[in-house]
Amino acid sequence: MTAPLKDISPAERARSTSFYEASARTRLELLLDAGSFVEFIGPEQREASPHLKIFDLPEQFDDGIIVGHGRLDGSPVFVAAQEGRFMGGAFGEVHGAKLTGLLRAARQIGSIPVLILFDTGGVRLQEANAGELAIAEIMRALMEARSAGVKVIGLIGGRSGCYGGGGLIAGCCSALAVSEPGRIAVSGPEVIETNRGVEEFDSRDRALVWRTMGGKHRRLIGAADVFADDNVQDFREAALELLGLVGPFGLDRLRAEQRRLADRLRSFGGCGDAVDIWTAEGIAHAEAVPELPADQFIALANRIGRTSRDAR
Amino acid sequence: MEDLNFQHQVRARAGGTRQRAIVGVVASGNLEVLVERSLPDAECVVDIKTAAMGFGAVWSAVIGDFVERYSPGGLKFSINDGGARPDTVSLRLAQAVRLIAEAGQ
Repeated sequence: MTAPLKDISPAERARSTSFYEASARTRLELLLDAGSFVEFIGPEQREASPHLKIFDLPEQFDDGIIVGHGRLDGSPVFVAAQEGRFMGGAFGEVHGAKLTGLLRAARQIGSIPVLILFDTGGVRLQEANAGELAIAEIMRALMEARSAGVKVIGLIGGRSGCYGGGGLIAGCCSALAVSEPGRIAVSGPEVIETNRGVEEFDSRDRALVWRTMGGKHRRLIGAADVFADDNVQDFREAALELLGLVGPFGLDRLRAEQRRLADRLRSFGGCGDAVDIWTAEGIAHAEAVPELPADQFIALANRIGRTSRDAR
Repeated sequence: MEDLNFQHQVRARAGGTRQRAIVGVVASGNLEVLVERSLPDAECVVDIKTAAMGFGAVWSAVIGDFVERYSPGGLKFSINDGGARPDTVSLRLAQAVRLIAEAGQ
């Protein structure tokens, strides 16, 4: 017989819970110190989308994002978690405003870091203009928070990945952790295929999608700083590691990031496939990377090194 | 969308002291249940907003069975439904009662 839930330590529960499968609420509960989470604008306040009813669509009481504060290894953190199963975790007016408000609060306080658990397809099409505006407001609030000394860490490993405006916001973060099923991009596979044709990108080729946008590739090209195995405890440890790693932010760092990206484009711009990039990075048997178990991949990624000490 | 409302007289007050709990996600074939301890001990109210039209009789049967089984006195349930099947609805309602009966605030 399996042990009843209350006999299992929070760390064991977090270790055995898939980040990908868990709901946003479960992720937060297991990511933070047990019992420390306090929600802002909780579901009982019913701050749902004002737009969805016009389209005769169901609302969610928290509009698909949970914001609040809690503790991570004893230290205070602000947190936001998107629910990728509600409308693909997409940004609407209220959803976006909750994240903007959280980042502004973090800027005002200055010393408390922010963790964003992305799980989003981008802007909610039913509230397109409000959603696009929300993305712009969040990016500004995020950069202002970072300028005020706040560390903003993105954690990406949900079923909707991190696409569209979510990909832009992730690009503004101090550092990112990603798992294999997490994907980071702006245009999604279907969008690219629709606009540029199947020869440019075959969205039905799942191996191609993961090889190009998935967590392993994002870690190897330096778009994400840490690779996490798909469980909540690994993401918790990744968040702690990144909070210790992120240095001060300013113009120098932005210039270093610009140089890093220009170098990356120079080095790999001619590659036709992610496997070519990995080979160019000096990885032997690059074609085997997608099959590597997490521990072997992490060892490989650590040999490649990471970028965030001087850039981002 | 269709709005439904059910009010029941209940035998006994629901256990626990927690003021509210939430379970589930609004997605296709799924629903969220927000439960709040906000009513007199002998009453139970269920408010439903559902994407599936014309299933009032099924909801009535599922809610009636749930109230009979769990005696959720004093609880108000607010449901956003993405077209869940009756068994999923029963499961979420049972989870909500269990969550609000747990220790905590």
